Parts: sequence; C-alpha cells; structure tokens
Amino acid sequence: MSVTTVTKAEVAAFSAKLRRWYGLFTLGFLIFVLVMLGLEQLGLGRRPIGYAFLLLTLSMYAVIGILNFTRKLDEYYVAGRKVPPFFNGMATGADWMSAASFISMAGTIWLLGYDGLAYVMGWTGGYVLLALLFAPYIRKFGQFTIPDFVATRFAERAKAARITSAVCAILISFTYVTAQVTGVGIIMSRLVGVSYEVGVFVGLSGVLLCSLLGGMKSITWTQVAQYIILIVAYLVPVTFLSQKFTGVPISELMYGQALGAVTDIERDLKLSNYVEPFKQALSNASWIASAKQLGFAAPEPIVNRTFVGAPFEFLALTFCLMAGTAGLPHILIRYYTVPNPKAARVSVGWSLFFIFLLYFTAPAYAAFSRLEVLRNVVGQKIADLPAWVGNWTATGLLTINDANKDGILQFPELTIVADIVVLATPEIAGLPYTIAALVAAGGLAAALSTADGLLLVIATAVSHDLYAKVINPKASYGARFFASRVMIVVAAAAAAFAALPRLALIVQMVAWAFSLAAATFFPVVLLGIFWRRANGNGAIAGMIGGLVTTLTYMALNYTNPNFTVLGLSHLSAGIFGMIVNFGLQIIVSLATSPSPKYIQDMVDQLRIPVGEMSLPATTSAAQTTAPATGGAGGH
Amino acid sequence: MIAILLVIWFAAAYLHPPFAKALNDIRILTGFPLGYWLASQGSLVVFVTLIFFYAWYMNNVLDRKYGMDEEDSRTEDADP
Repeated sequence: MSVTTVTKAEVAAFSAKLRRWYGLFTLGFLIFVLVMLGLEQLGLGRRPIGYAFLLLTLSMYAVIGILNFTRKLDEYYVAGRKVPPFFNGMATGADWMSAASFISMAGTIWLLGYDGLAYVMGWTGGYVLLALLFAPYIRKFGQFTIPDFVATRFAERAKAARITSAVCAILISFTYVTAQVTGVGIIMSRLVGVSYEVGVFVGLSGVLLCSLLGGMKSITWTQVAQYIILIVAYLVPVTFLSQKFTGVPISELMYGQALGAVTDIERDLKLSNYVEPFKQALSNASWIASAKQLGFAAPEPIVNRTFVGAPFEFLALTFCLMAGTAGLPHILIRYYTVPNPKAARVSVGWSLFFIFLLYFTAPAYAAFSRLEVLRNVVGQKIADLPAWVGNWTATGLLTINDANKDGILQFPELTIVADIVVLATPEIAGLPYTIAALVAAGGLAAALSTADGLLLVIATAVSHDLYAKVINPKASYGARFFASRVMIVVAAAAAAFAALPRLALIVQMVAWAFSLAAATFFPVVLLGIFWRRANGNGAIAGMIGGLVTTLTYMALNYTNPNFTVLGLSHLSAGIFGMIVNFGLQIIVSLATSPSPKYIQDMVDQLRIPVGEMSLPATTSAAQTTAPATGGAGGH
Repeated sequence: MIAILLVIWFAAAYLHPPFAKALNDIRILTGFPLGYWLASQGSLVVFVTLIFFYAWYMNNVLDRKYGMDEEDSRTEDADP
C-alpha cells in the first residue's frame, strides 16, 4: 500500500476545518441539551426525552458514517492517512473507553472505595507500557493485529501460531464484547423502559447497525463525535454535584472534601471506611447470583476473609490490567492513520490525555455520588423515597430490603448493582431527567464505539485468520467478506446470550478479558520484540499454557473463593498464566532450534525504534491488517 | 531511556499502594487522604507526562541520533 504524501499546509487546513466542524457539533449538542432541559421544565415527559437522546445520537453516528462512506482503499483502511494527532487521540479515546470505563468504573469505585482504583491506575498505566515497549516497534513492524504479528514474527510455524493466537483473540474479544452488551442492556432498559433482557437485544441491533456500516474513515470520524458526547455526558453531572456540595464546580479538585464528609458519615454509621485500602474479601456472590439467573440451584455462599488487608490482589489486578492493555494492541492501527511517525507519537500522548480526562474524573463522580446517597438517601423513610428508586427497582438492578422493619432506609439495606451508579446518580441527586438521559446516551456511545470494533476483530480472526489463511486459502474476496459479515452477526448474538446471566460486573468481565490478554499475548509480543531467540514453538506453547492456566484458576476461584494463592481473585488470574507463559516460552524456545536467520535479522532491525523497515514478503501489510482496522480498543 | 521511564512508571504504579493505609493519614489539597490521592490522581498525572515526554524524546532526540528526522521543521543544527 503506497504511502500518500500529505503536505503540512494540507494538514493544517484540514485541522482547521475539523476544528470548525467539531466545534459546531459540540455547540449544537450543548444547545440540544439546553433545549431538552427547557422542554422538561415545560412538562415534557421522561419517555420522550429518553427517545430523543437515543434517536438523535444514533442518527448522528449514522449520518457521519454515511457522509464518510468510501470505496477508496486507502481511505477505507487508514482513513486517508491524514487524521491530525489531536483528533486521532479523541477517536482512540472513544475507542478505548467502553461501557466499563464509562458506566461501570465509577460505580465500582463507589462500591469498593480505594480497591476500585486498581482499574483507574491499571487502564492508564497500561498505556505507558504500550507506548514505551510496544507501540514504536509494532508500528515499525507494520502488523497491527496480533495474529498477523505472531504469524510474521514466528514465520517458521506461521500456521499453528496464527491459529493459536486467533483462538486467543476470539476468546478475549468475546469476553470483552459480552461486557459491552451487558452495558448496552442496562442502558437500554433504563432509557427505553424495558427489562434488562429485552434491553440487551434492542441495544444489540444498534451495535450491529454501527459495525455493518464499517470502514476506518467513517469509524474514525464517528468516534470523534462519540468521544465528545461521552465526555460531555460524564463531566456535566459531576460538575453539578461538585457545585451542589462544595460551591466550586471543579469536581476533580473538590472531591477531597467529599471524601472527608463520606468517611465522617461512615464513622458515625459504623460502616467500613471508604478510603481504606484492601478491604475486599473473596466471595462467590456473583457466581451465586448468576447461577440463580441461569436456573441452577444456588451454591453455598463462601466468603474468604483471610487476605483482607493484604495488597497482593490490588497489585496483581493493576498489573494484569496494565499488561492486558499492552497485550491488546489492535488499538495500534490508530497510529497508522496519522500523516507521519512524528504525528503518531504525539497522537499516543493525546489519546492518553483524552482517556485521562475521564479516568481523572471517575473517582470524583464516585465520591460525590456516595456522599449524596449517604447524606440524602440513607436515613429517609422508605415509603417517601423518590421515583427513581421505583424505576430502578423495576429493572431488578436495585433492591431495598427493610431488614429491621423500621421503615427507614439503612445503608446495608440498599443493594445497588455497581453498574448502575453512574446512570442513576443524576436522578439520585435530583438533577433534571435530561441529565440522566444525557449520561445514558454517553454510556451508549462508549459501549457502541468499542463493541463494533471488537466484533470486527472476532469476525476478522475467523474469516481472515482461520478461514482465508488456513481452511480455504483460495477463498475469494467476496466469500471472505460474506464470512466476515456473517461472523459479526453470529458473534453479536452469542455475546447477547452470554450477557444475559450477568456473570459479573462490567468492569470485572473486562478484567477477565485483560487477564486473558496479559496471560497470552503480552509475553509473546514482549519476547517477540526483545528476545531474538524466541521461536515459534515457544510462542505456541506459551500461549496455550498461559490460556489454560488462567482459565483454570478463574473457574476454580470464581466458584470457590477458598481456592486462592495469596488472596488473588479470578480477576487477576492472568498473573499466573503470564508466569507460565513466560516460563514455557523460554524453556521450549531454548529446547528447540532457533528461528531462521532472516527472522533474527528482522528482530535486530525492529529493535531500532525509529524509521521504517522492509519485511520479508510473507504477508502484505495492506491485505492482512485491512479487515481488522475497525480499531477495537478499550473498555 | 526506556529503562528510566519504566522505573518511574513502576514507582508511580506499584510503590505507593502497599503503604496506602499509612499515607491516608496525611491530608492534602481539599482534604484528600494522600494514599487515595496518589492512586486516583497522582499516578495518572505521572503516566500522561511520561507518554508526552517519550513522544517528545523520540521526535527530537532519537530520530536525530539515528539520522531519521524525516521532512520539515528543524532549523537548529543536528550534532549526533
């Protein structure tokens, strides 16, 4: 694929045009929100507001997608290579942040306090690992999907390595997309007022619509719009809350006060301390809940408190999330869509900056929301609780159980699934329903922008890596294209069924995906880049070993929390898989013959982190990366 | 250079949580317990700075070292 040269002046003019466009877009969106607020004052009902947000945002994505529909190869695959770093950063931000970051992370912090911060640190810190250790080299390598990288780097066992890594990629993406569908289901059930199960399938049609429109160019520009919507939706309610409690609308700075107030109230009520670290016990509560939903007999509740107070789980989870981030580098295709390598590097910085904006705010969101609940909800008469309680109880995600029958709500009597905290906070705080609908639309943007990319990865792994490369190398483009479309629908439907029993919180499901990535791809890519002696046999053995170890530990710990090493939970099971993977890879690589000379030379050349390199013509970059450029990313 | 940055990254991510409980007794800014603040904001700021610094370093130092600075925008002298 030829590199289109784009002059500086062209880039500058294009940037100016984009700034104007998206500036107007943001303004228009804000005006829309204000108009809805006004209409709500005039008595517009909740249902129409919900539908208005839903239809407006979805149709905007569709319009941007259609306007940018292209048949030019270069535009389809790498968006014409002229996306300025700033906007590329935004698109990557939307790509990266999914339902987990948007609707589930703050809720988890709300629930766990300090322990929830593992997600904040893990998902930003992993980006450092990615930018330092992987991005420059993988960019140089010119292979942007893991199976392509593995098949090229370990060319002597290309076929087996490709199959193994494609299977791992499918498993990881599937776990990940299931979490997104769960998020979509929750949002839909609230926004449109249907049950969670119906919401899953309604939301899914939205996901499918988006991913079938396709093409990197339209996806990039849609994602910029999605980023704007989701960040506006995140910052507005928390700014209101900060203003309400502290008089200063800068939530990130002011939530120190909220933390102080929360811990004071908790001390008075004799609750556990919000900011105290490592107070999570291991339990099989989510297994019990899912088993009930699946119609099995509920297993005995087990709570293992042996390791409360020890930092191991926190550290291990943080590390799994970081290594998993670096082990999911399909986000790297992004850095091929900017004009030149310099821009690519700056672009990495911008994307983390845009991600950081939300992650920096999430703990503030959690703190203010907790303060609101402790101060203005707990202690009220249950009969007098406002309408939002009834609305959320109807979805089955919030329960109130007046255990001591005094008619007054105590904190332990309120059970909120952490995934709804972000969505419910605007209503809990008494903000207008328009704000609640805005947040729901933002969450939907986050889930959709990630889910369609992930479905593309699954479809590509099947249609390109398994079908076209292994099963039927003579398959025509039409057949591959068809296989890929069919796979998207099949994978989406399967994810919907997997999402029904809600096996865990959204962030936890995503943590599984990251654990799996950390145990399979992270060691393989790391050694592939930095250790010349790593060979195909080692990589294959490592991936299989890592995958099996992780899945086994996950299953055992998930169902029986007494099975644990150092108090590590199923979420951070990847750490064991990673160790096994590294070990197997080193042992097997040393026990078998080294890779051919041309591969070793390639690794030497790769190690210089600048410039371009010429690859042996095993795979053409354009062809191999092409179908996967949906740019699946985040969480 | 990557090694130095990784050490900073490691320190920002893993060295403070084991002491979070003790650090929480210290209050900073608007009342943040220090341990909580480090995990929720301090480390994030370090991460973003690291990445921008590394982008700057690659663009201005590494490229020059390998004689790879493509096109545009350099007026000063490059002495490798």
